[in-house]
Amino acid sequence: MSETNPKFKVTIDGVEVEVDPGTTILNAARLIGGDVVPPAMCYYSSLQGSGGKCRTCLVEVSKGSEKDPRPMPKLVVSCSTPIMDGMEVKNKSSEKVMDARAGVVEMLLINHPLDCPICDQAGECDLQNLAYEHGKSTTRYEFERRTFDKVDIGEYIKLHMTRCILCYRCVYTANQLTDQREHGILNRGDAAEIGTFIEKNLKNEFIGNVIDVCPVGALTDKTFRFRSRVWYTKPMDAHRDCKCCSGKAVVWMIGDEVARVTARKDQYGEVKEFICNECRFEKKEKSDWTIEGPRHIDRNSVISANHYEVEAPAHTPLLNKA
Amino acid sequence: MDRKLLLEHIGVEGIHTHDVYRKQGGYKAVEKALKSMSPDDIVEEVKKSGLRGRGGAGFPTGMKWSFIAKPEGVPRHFLCNADESEPGTFKDRYLMEKIPHLLIEGMILSSYALGCNQSYIYIRGEYMYVLQILEKAIAEAYANGWLGKNIKGSGFDLDLAVTTGAGAYICGEETALIESLEGKRGNPRIKPPFPAVKGLWGRPTVVNNVETIAAVVPIVNEGGDAYAQFGIGRSTGTKLISASGNINKPGVYEINMGITVEEFIYSDTYCGGMKNGKKLKACVPGGSSVPILPHYLVCKTAAGEDRLMSYESLSDGGFATGSMLGSGGFIVYDEDQCIVRNTWNFSRFYHHESCGQCSPCREGTGWMEKVLHRLEYGHGKMEDIDLLWDIQRKIEGNTICPLGDAAAWPVAAAIRHFREEFEWHVNEPKLCVTKNYGLVTEKKFEPVNA
Repeated sequence: MSETNPKFKVTIDGVEVEVDPGTTILNAARLIGGDVVPPAMCYYSSLQGSGGKCRTCLVEVSKGSEKDPRPMPKLVVSCSTPIMDGMEVKNKSSEKVMDARAGVVEMLLINHPLDCPICDQAGECDLQNLAYEHGKSTTRYEFERRTFDKVDIGEYIKLHMTRCILCYRCVYTANQLTDQREHGILNRGDAAEIGTFIEKNLKNEFIGNVIDVCPVGALTDKTFRFRSRVWYTKPMDAHRDCKCCSGKAVVWMIGDEVARVTARKDQYGEVKEFICNECRFEKKEKSDWTIEGPRHIDRNSVISANHYEVEAPAHTPLLNKA
Repeated sequence: MDRKLLLEHIGVEGIHTHDVYRKQGGYKAVEKALKSMSPDDIVEEVKKSGLRGRGGAGFPTGMKWSFIAKPEGVPRHFLCNADESEPGTFKDRYLMEKIPHLLIEGMILSSYALGCNQSYIYIRGEYMYVLQILEKAIAEAYANGWLGKNIKGSGFDLDLAVTTGAGAYICGEETALIESLEGKRGNPRIKPPFPAVKGLWGRPTVVNNVETIAAVVPIVNEGGDAYAQFGIGRSTGTKLISASGNINKPGVYEINMGITVEEFIYSDTYCGGMKNGKKLKACVPGGSSVPILPHYLVCKTAAGEDRLMSYESLSDGGFATGSMLGSGGFIVYDEDQCIVRNTWNFSRFYHHESCGQCSPCREGTGWMEKVLHRLEYGHGKMEDIDLLWDIQRKIEGNTICPLGDAAAWPVAAAIRHFREEFEWHVNEPKLCVTKNYGLVTEKKFEPVNA
């Protein structure tokens, strides 16, 4: 099919790429890769309807299309704006975009507790990366920050609403991945919160995936909470025979112990194969898993800064001993 | 041309009932349209009339109608946006309360023009008593054969229902309205796709304001060209203005677009001048979300021409020296009022009404409200003024729906035109808590109607 379809040409930050009609600017940029990819806090390619909310992926369209070369009057969200033939997009090369993005980061951070030193997400947090790249080191916000009580939503998941940036990813995940949706957004405006109406438990075989899709530390794994900083653990690709999911996961080891299990994330932090609760929370023995080898993490995170993979061959015999 | 088009028979006893309305020439337009006009004829007439959306944005209605997608076998929907929640605007309530059959007649005509067989009126939750009036009127229309199957033997079916929201400002945004009508949380959708392609239940949908729909009735009755005779330039027809504030006669007025603002404020036909003989300080001409105008820009534009009550003239000069007609919520402030307090009040409203979906609006509206509160209560700092300017700049244009813009514009305009008042609040922290700026300064507002 793709051979017969005409391809659309789009230029992002001066790099040209040909994509299928209907592709969004963000996905076109991801085809190019590297620096031209706008950051995304709420868009998640496998979740239908996600995107458009966090406004971090705003880009400037300096030329609408070949047919209608007028620039778009406002900045547009790259995650849900489809490309047109001959479109020219400015991401990092536009000052307007960088200014707006800095504004969005500032807005996201004014009510964020910035408790990174005690947050389990630290080191693999999208908001941390975003703030590091686009934020300022000081804040102009001088008021009390919004806080919520921590809520246990089920046996394995802790909801720390104070850290939430309301990306809606977990709501879409629960909606689209599981049979019934048990949580959603309550209230309005900056009082909006993720909640299970009248503090119900989230019970579903796949509900653990909301932890993986959460860009910040609002949803954390109770079996791993406060056990270790992520950069002290060693991610290993592993798999097991599982009745309900693919069984392909990443186990995060502390020595010979499995500290936690997550799904495999790609370079944009997105999970392609969701795993079930049993694999995630209950299989915490090394013997449960067949370990394939070190996991390559190519996102700009603290974990990848360790470059432990280089030494991996030396460790391999050790792994096989057990 | 002082004739009224919408409120012509408003004074007639019992006009809210079908029989009286019919006696005054009601439902004539429906008879005419169903007998002698095709749906496209009506769209054509509306295009000719130059009618522009009365909900605030002022988008040409005929053009909006022609955008609706018409795929085979997919029902289309027509929705009436009666979620009128803009502070300062109360024209739709008046229209629905006094003369509900005009809206129903407009709904029938518009639905016929667009080929919709199921239409809805989405009314805000606070208008519960208006809902009862509308439901009674709809029942009457059904009983008299104006609604239902095969209306007056024309073969056109239309069902009309009224739904209430739960009182959220955001549900006046058309995609949020559609979400709410579908029974979901009233969050605006990300566009594209636009409702004309994918709206209610994924079907092509058109959403129009109450007043816009009512205006279709005179357009069909008298023809688009005759309607276009009213008004001035591209602002054709009449407009309902909800006048409030420090004026002698607040209320809803139907004006022929093109009268001067000065006439509107000072003439006895309309607002009847400033209350207690005070001087005019400022005016918000189109509901809380449009920029405020200082006294020297209300009656005259920056170029020195008379400012008229029309889309073009009110926005003359852009946001630097102009404003917008918006939804027609005309708020007048006299010399005693405090602009900072007013801006804080508006900001508080937008903070409360932000849906919380996109980050700049969710966090920014709250931040602005807190900073304005601090200024108003004498804890402000000089940097706060620039901070406010920066926050509003970061919100404007960067949000999913226009609520972000609506929250940013009044703050921007207040700082642009009344910066010294903000500075006074910083310099006089004790005084500003007890007295309004206008009451303590020597500064006198030059009379503009001299």
